Amino acid sequence: MKPARRALLFRASTIALAWMLAALPSIGRAQEKKPVRVGFSIAQTGPLSSAGKSGLLALQIWRDDVNARGGLLGRPVELVVYDDQSNPAMTPGIYTKLIDVDKVDLLVAPYATNPTAPIMPLVKQRDLLLIGNFALDANAQIRHDKYFNNQPWASARDSAAPYLALCRRLGAKTIAILAADAEFAQNLAKGIRAGLAEHGLQPVYDENYPPNTVDFSSMVRTIRSRKPDAVFVASYPSDSTAIIRAVNEIGVGDSVKLFGGGMVGLQYASIMEALGSQLNGVVNYNTWAPEKTMDFPGVRDFLARYQALARQANVDPLGFYLPPYDYAIGQLLEQAVTATRSLDHGVLAKYLREHEMQTIVGPIRYGPTGEWARPRIVYVQFRGIVNRNVDQFRSPGRQVIVAPAAFKTGEAIPFNRAHQ
Amino acid sequence: MPAELLIEAIVSGILLGCFYAAVSLGLSVAFGLLDVPHIAHPAFLILGAYGVYLLNMYGADPLLSGALLAPLFFVLGVGFYRAYHALFEKRGSDAGLRGLSFLFGVSFIVEVALILVFGVDQRMVDAAYIGASVSLGELRVPTRMLVAFGLALLLSAALAVYLSRTFTGRAIRAVAQDQVALSLMGADPVRIKQWAFGIAMATCAPAGALLIVVGPVDPGLGRLYIGRTFCVAVLAGLGSVKGTLAAGIILGVAESIVLSSFGPSWAPAVAFGILLLVLAVRPTGLFGR
Repeated sequence: MKPARRALLFRASTIALAWMLAALPSIGRAQEKKPVRVGFSIAQTGPLSSAGKSGLLALQIWRDDVNARGGLLGRPVELVVYDDQSNPAMTPGIYTKLIDVDKVDLLVAPYATNPTAPIMPLVKQRDLLLIGNFALDANAQIRHDKYFNNQPWASARDSAAPYLALCRRLGAKTIAILAADAEFAQNLAKGIRAGLAEHGLQPVYDENYPPNTVDFSSMVRTIRSRKPDAVFVASYPSDSTAIIRAVNEIGVGDSVKLFGGGMVGLQYASIMEALGSQLNGVVNYNTWAPEKTMDFPGVRDFLARYQALARQANVDPLGFYLPPYDYAIGQLLEQAVTATRSLDHGVLAKYLREHEMQTIVGPIRYGPTGEWARPRIVYVQFRGIVNRNVDQFRSPGRQVIVAPAAFKTGEAIPFNRAHQ
Repeated sequence: MPAELLIEAIVSGILLGCFYAAVSLGLSVAFGLLDVPHIAHPAFLILGAYGVYLLNMYGADPLLSGALLAPLFFVLGVGFYRAYHALFEKRGSDAGLRGLSFLFGVSFIVEVALILVFGVDQRMVDAAYIGASVSLGELRVPTRMLVAFGLALLLSAALAVYLSRTFTGRAIRAVAQDQVALSLMGADPVRIKQWAFGIAMATCAPAGALLIVVGPVDPGLGRLYIGRTFCVAVLAGLGSVKGTLAAGIILGVAESIVLSSFGPSWAPAVAFGILLLVLAVRPTGLFGR
């Protein structure tokens, strides 16, 4: 090798070495800034997507808030999100990818019971922390000790109890139960069935319907022919709309004092607006309503920010049902990570189990199965609703909380009277 | 089961069955007469329903909107078939499976496009006949289902007359029987088929109007109708318009009686059970060629 060429090689090697040495600190800084990855699937298409989209927006607001505060453990927070298409068959694959390929630091469950149930064995087998997102009784049999569900009711029985109490208060002796053939609706119906004897209720109609039912006229007619005092319906959004329509068109009978219960969809702005006055008198579960008993610190501020973004994002403009709870999921993770200064799932689970968490949906303490220790599902009665006006639902008095007693803002009026 | 409830179930079933027939008519033409496994048909029904929803926002009646949109859907159908023919039918023997995948893809694209434009929320329309009912003695019938019944009869009658009384209609039936013979008669089978596909697609506009009149729609609703519309088209006997109406009514009445007597869980099993039974006894369907 010629001396000139050797000198050139030497100089090039020196420059390369110097560049590598200079780059080392920035590589270190990049390692420090490696984001904390929070992974989950949430329905962006399919029947659960209306709530799923609003829930994702809430988690994105939390991500922006926490990053504005400096992130978690000094690292920015990144959401790794997949659309599970509301399909329970998709979620095991998605969560395997989140764990093994994306290698996320923290896991949030999919929105709703049906997509959550299939991932429970996987999460338990890997011994991972999972924050549940509105899954009813998903951990009842698996009993995973690192599962913490963010949902204001702990079991099907809890959700049924206020409705059954309302039946008794209104003097109902007989009940008709109509439930969709799917996990969540079936769990709700089980909760009602379990409490019938205790509340002196006789079932006169108890049927499940398949998920792709188009017209409910025949079912409503059959229910009417049995003359029940109360009707409990556990349905999904499109079915809920069709059932309410059928009840308005052909009537459910003058005997009915209480109608509603577990109808998913009657919490969504688009459906409430479209059904309008047809909702009057219906008593249905909800998680939040603009009533004075639900004024938890920070919730109205969050909703104001959510509602400003919701219009641009073309999602539920009210955001009462899921968004505050999904923002609270972020708060749960943030408090646990900040307090323990750890991302270890065992450490975080221990903290969540032992401490009361402060969130915009109120203080949360967890019970032994990872459900809220003090369940708080509320039943609202639609009153004075007019057609085609979404803004009316922002005011108190339209969704009067009639149960449970701790959050009540009015007494339940019998359906046959309130509906007229 | 009390007689009164049985009568109500039968009336309800006939109305529901006519609705099923209306949403399946286009598929009967596309699949039955043209041998195009139009799996994207329900997606175009939803597209029609959203078109009606848009016009309804400006105060247009849903049924009128369906009629106004039909020519647009006809043009869309003609263009769609030309593309399908050029890309798949003209090519070799495995075109069928690739064509099916293509149609699946189209249905997903339509669904995602609707999500991007309208969001995932359910949409409904306003009309005087929605939410009202008609009393026939003790029987109360939802007016929206009566509208579905009337429009289904009208659509079926119009299509049946067109296919049997007009030159193009007879050519469409001829192309379904023997393309080569039709070519020898001097007619271009591809042009006839694209015209027929245009008609099949045009029915998506009024049928989409019915869909949104009968219940709320969302972009993913089409998936629920794939099985039901194919069931009606196959049970009818591929390509038969009156068969489609009869098959729809049979399914509707069977579903309704089962709903009222044995319980809703059995309804889908009965519908598809009838299909299996009919195909076992009469493989060409009720009115098959």
